[in-house]
Amino acid sequence: MTTKNVRMKIDEMKTSTGLIKNLEISIGKVVDDSWTEPMGPTPMPSLTTLRDWDMKLLNRYKPFYMPACDLCCLCTYGKCDLTAGKRGACGIDMAGQSSRIVLLACCIGAATHAAHSRHMVHHLIEKYGRRYPLDIGGLNIKVEAPITRLVCGIKPATLGDLEEVLEYAEQQITQALAVAHTGQEGNNLDFESKAFHAGMIDHIALEVGDIAQVSTLGFPKAEPEAPLVSLGIGTVDITKPVIMCIGHNVIPSVGIIDFMKDNSLTEKLEVVGLCCTAHDITRYYNRGRIVGPISWQLRFIRGGFADVVVLDEQCVRSDAFDEARKVHAPVIAASEKNCMGFKNRTDDDTDEIVSDLVSGKAAGVLILDPEKVGEVAVRVAQQVAPIRKKLKNLPSLDEIMQQAKTCRQCNICQRSCPQDLKLPQAIKAAGEGNLAPLTDLYEYCIGCGRCEEACPIKLNIHSYIIKAGEKFMMEETNYCRVGRGAVQDVEIRNVGSPIVLGEIPGILAVVGCSNYPKGGKDVYDICREFASRRYIVVTSGCSAMSAGSYKNAEGKTLYEEFSGEFTAGGVLNVGSCVANAHIAGAAIKVANIFAKRPLRGNYEEIADYIHNRLGAVGLAWGAYSQKAAAIAAGFWRLGIPVLVGPHGSKYRRMLLGREDKKEDWEVYDARTGDKVNVGPAPEHLFQTVETKEEAMVTIAKLCIRPNDTWKGRSIKLSHYIDLSKRLYGTMPTDIDLFVRTTADIPMTMKDEIIKLLEEKGWKETVIPDPTLLPRMIRKMKE
Amino acid sequence: MSCEPWQCAEVAATKKANPITKPEVAVALIKRAVHPILIVGSNATDRYMEGRQLIDYLIDFARASKVPVVATAHMVNEFLKRGFEPAAFMSAMDIGNRLADPEWQGLDGKGHPDTALFVGLPFYMEANILSGLMHFAPELKTITLDNMYHPHASWSYPNTTLEDWAKNLTVMTQKFEGGN
Repeated sequence: MTTKNVRMKIDEMKTSTGLIKNLEISIGKVVDDSWTEPMGPTPMPSLTTLRDWDMKLLNRYKPFYMPACDLCCLCTYGKCDLTAGKRGACGIDMAGQSSRIVLLACCIGAATHAAHSRHMVHHLIEKYGRRYPLDIGGLNIKVEAPITRLVCGIKPATLGDLEEVLEYAEQQITQALAVAHTGQEGNNLDFESKAFHAGMIDHIALEVGDIAQVSTLGFPKAEPEAPLVSLGIGTVDITKPVIMCIGHNVIPSVGIIDFMKDNSLTEKLEVVGLCCTAHDITRYYNRGRIVGPISWQLRFIRGGFADVVVLDEQCVRSDAFDEARKVHAPVIAASEKNCMGFKNRTDDDTDEIVSDLVSGKAAGVLILDPEKVGEVAVRVAQQVAPIRKKLKNLPSLDEIMQQAKTCRQCNICQRSCPQDLKLPQAIKAAGEGNLAPLTDLYEYCIGCGRCEEACPIKLNIHSYIIKAGEKFMMEETNYCRVGRGAVQDVEIRNVGSPIVLGEIPGILAVVGCSNYPKGGKDVYDICREFASRRYIVVTSGCSAMSAGSYKNAEGKTLYEEFSGEFTAGGVLNVGSCVANAHIAGAAIKVANIFAKRPLRGNYEEIADYIHNRLGAVGLAWGAYSQKAAAIAAGFWRLGIPVLVGPHGSKYRRMLLGREDKKEDWEVYDARTGDKVNVGPAPEHLFQTVETKEEAMVTIAKLCIRPNDTWKGRSIKLSHYIDLSKRLYGTMPTDIDLFVRTTADIPMTMKDEIIKLLEEKGWKETVIPDPTLLPRMIRKMKE
Repeated sequence: MSCEPWQCAEVAATKKANPITKPEVAVALIKRAVHPILIVGSNATDRYMEGRQLIDYLIDFARASKVPVVATAHMVNEFLKRGFEPAAFMSAMDIGNRLADPEWQGLDGKGHPDTALFVGLPFYMEANILSGLMHFAPELKTITLDNMYHPHASWSYPNTTLEDWAKNLTVMTQKFEGGN
């Protein structure tokens, strides 16, 4: 039920008894129940409300733990050795401890998004007022906040309504975090259930953040053909002063852009962004540029392109200031969550701050007023740019070759490199005058700088790679589609039937960070493969940038080659991290708008629908953060499988189904109450894949759902088999588990598959109206 | 030869892999196994020794030792191209998960593997799986045939050069009936 605070403010009123000034009255909350949809069974669920649903999933997709540490060091009983079945002093075992760490990661992620959204909502309410209407797609969107409606049972209409949603989210994050304290939960599956809860809350926080900024800041409102924006450092006009914004919270960047607009400076300076701030800059400002994914901060700071570096929040390197100082770029920290040790200059005179930064008296400042950030950043950039442009930032090729000769070939750089790159050989070759091996590493280096930290003679190995790859860096001139925001209701109506029936073979969401095993090209290749196969491909965050960073044979980027519509063969960039809410939102809207399932506070039914019918898969090829863990957890609770690249194995826990355990794959047929074996569809809920080839085959397989019609199943199987044959060189060995009737078999493979089925003793089965929830059975069998 | 984790931060806690000081040790361990399996990862075609790819050494070894091979990622394609049919192909996580299940009766249904040989996965991914097995499959013996020290295995070669690695794999192959 929607509740609203009533506040009345009177600046000045003359009455018969006198003059009243600055009167403010608050009368708490009144109920606004204009939403006619009846409330579902689980509005604003607590930690355990959806536990039964979680356990259904967790009993099918059991955790496989891969502890990153054998010890628990969280309390003073410890350190406790939990190796191979031992329990710690508090009684916890390794399964409990591992799931506890998963919960902690998800809570950190959810708290980060909630805090981000809280800051934005607070700021935007201050600027636009509580009653500012939410509008994320005009007449094209009636279901404005599907996650919020589903989880909270609230239909938010104004900015002020979002505060109530955030209050609930913050309360639940506190509850979930408390579970991780010593002596609370002990059972690993209960920890996992709470991690799912934190993930669901994370999705609420994402949604609040994005609909607040879309509604107020003039971002594209669910526009399929949102404009294309320049992507890559090569698109930046470095003859102009350059302000580089790093992070996720666009509010300080808005201050910069507004100051430039107000002072007719938009053609005089460049504003560029790294990571999600970049997406949101370009959603706000058509002259903004996306430099690249967050992992490449060092690359772009050391390259010296930025005259001023503005840091907001999330995923900002802790040494960003030290790095910027090396290239004489003043730094402005603009978030309470990332003060960088700077003096708070928020209340100081602007001229004084500018003077201190330009003169070098202060190398960095903390400014918590976005408008002041804007003025200071612009004025400082204008003044320092002419001086900075004369500076040399990277070592010359000659210097690299000379310094490389001092390398001891101790291998410690390679052994510290997450990618195991052959750095010693490359440096040896450089010392011999051959820079090609260093250049070759440019694409694969994720830019962490651990090689330099480890080098006993302090060679600037990462700078060598940047310099050797400088030509590639400056040729990075690509396009990304500006983050479009939500999916329109009409788009959902158009594709609802073919998706649920399986005729559109699946929705692939390629999301998350850029900790890629072999560069960003894999992301492009995967997106292009599935868009060409007429899957719906959705991108966000750093993956959306990597997807746009390569070109086809005609010189077109992915976003130029494919439409931005939510339809078969579309490639949509929804936007920044918080815009991931629209991907979950689209899945929920299919259940609600197309299938007419009630939404309000009705989580289990909607998740059950999505899990059994919607062939959606998330791929976080380079996921690295706790936020990515929380986002994934939100999808797990909705029953949507998530794949991660090889570095994702470091999340320490997979949720794996067992296709060899037939008994795990039963669902109810909602028509009769019969239990029907539907095979491993989908096989996993969280899975690491090792190579892009494996990712492609697995994606096709994970799009299979129990509800597929024979035609849909046939289409899905043809993609699965085709990719297996091409990339694995052989027919999948589990086809018999996915063929229910001979009509499911792709026409062109009939003979081959029937022979296989006969060998396996396959028997025909029925296509049920699938559900995991007994209460959804319409007619129980006598 | 060093028994420090190849990736420096992948340190062990109270349990650390026994070093395989010479290939004969690994051979003895494998010959003692009742149900061994060999899990081969995606680096099998990225690593070259003495002009040959790692996968070629492994095919020789598998043929000689008769240890059934599980190809992870897309490696099945590489084996088939070379005329060798692995016993199974599945994701590294799937085989790790099955090995952690004491009820799993192996690829042939004749018994849970008692010894799992790992080679050629990305180091960090192999380390994670080995850690999972160390904790949740304590009866399982894990051996890595990589040239990088894996502290979470039961047995691991120390960090060794490519030349020594090639020599070790060749000797291991020769020690089995059918090896050349």
